[in-house]
Amino acid sequence: MEKEIDARGLLCPEPLLLAKNEMDQMPQGGTIKVLVSTQAARENITRLAESRGWAVEVCSEGEDIVIVLKK
Amino acid sequence: MKKGKVILAGGVLGLLAPLLVKLGNPPNMGVCIACFLRDITGALGLHRTSTVQYLRPEILGLVLGAFLSAAATREFRAMGGSSAFTRFTLAFLAMLGMLVFLGCPVRTVLRLAGGDLNALVGLVGLVCGVAVGTWFLSRGFSLGRAVPQNSVSGYIFPAAVIGLLLLLIFSPPFIFFSQQGPGSMHAPTAISLGAGLLVGILAQRSRLCMVGGIRDFILFRDTYLLSGFLAVLVAALAGNLALGYFKPGFAGQPIAHTDGLWNFLGMALAGWAAVLLGGCPLRQLVAAGEGNTDCAVTVLGFIAGAAVAHNFGLAAGPKGVPVAGQVAVLLGLLFVLFLSVSHLRR
Repeated sequence: MEKEIDARGLLCPEPLLLAKNEMDQMPQGGTIKVLVSTQAARENITRLAESRGWAVEVCSEGEDIVIVLKK
Repeated sequence: MKKGKVILAGGVLGLLAPLLVKLGNPPNMGVCIACFLRDITGALGLHRTSTVQYLRPEILGLVLGAFLSAAATREFRAMGGSSAFTRFTLAFLAMLGMLVFLGCPVRTVLRLAGGDLNALVGLVGLVCGVAVGTWFLSRGFSLGRAVPQNSVSGYIFPAAVIGLLLLLIFSPPFIFFSQQGPGSMHAPTAISLGAGLLVGILAQRSRLCMVGGIRDFILFRDTYLLSGFLAVLVAALAGNLALGYFKPGFAGQPIAHTDGLWNFLGMALAGWAAVLLGGCPLRQLVAAGEGNTDCAVTVLGFIAGAAVAHNFGLAAGPKGVPVAGQVAVLLGLLFVLFLSVSHLRR
């Protein structure tokens, strides 16, 4: 199962809330791709995902940041 | 250690605060974003309370430190367009609450670290306000998306701050500087500016936010930002004990009053509005330095709130809270409730 969240331009804690809501529903083996605009949002989402044992990959797409979370 | 950065930022802020008091800043007010923005408002003549007028270099340094740090790490980015006027309004109301309590979330902690137990009541109010705002956030409150803007838009705010710095250095006659009262009490300019720069850099790197600390703990049981909050408290307490500034009690505390109900409600209003804005006044200054023009508008909202609070007799003083200030806080709470409900996404 794969989901994409566009959290660009949203201030804390909205990107994290959106990501968390999807993470809570995602079955094992699922992937969530989150787009954010700020490093602060990247750090928050990465921290939450890692604390739950998800694999996290980060890359940039223009000026935006793409975070890929795998359960 | 993952929390190292934010603990360092909070610890440095907490230690600098009593040192700035030692060097001349008002007691328990080494750093206060609300009070210092109010002083800047007065220095520009936007309010005429002659005891609270000074172009506080700590604020100017904070913004410039955040700007330099963001520019150096390529995090500077002009963004804006997320309900700018609603943010202005929320900031305006938050400032009314903070000037009824007499301090921002940072000074709440600094007052507590100086033994001012009225600040404990304010802190409970702040936590309650943040909790209510967080409840709305978790149910879909949103001020909408910001979009990338022309980079010049992001430079206007830091440039304006450089303008204020020049006004401080050259002190032209149209700028007001208090001759007595808290506004006349200040550490040497270069030291205040340096302290602001340092805190600005550390806060930008660590995302230090007092309101965010409480919010993230409630929402996610995440203690990252909360550790920064606690670091401010511990470091300021240590500094105050070492310098002999720790005097526990309710009565006779510096630049404070003992009216518990309004200390509670003032900070509840501030906390609620701030959490809807995405962070405390310190964080807003830092984000404005990073190029976020919505946060720059938010800072203007704080300034407008400070001007109105003093021009219309809403701000508290050591003797207590004027009736007009009490009415303003109640109306402010009602209006923030209206904005909270009206901006629910679902």
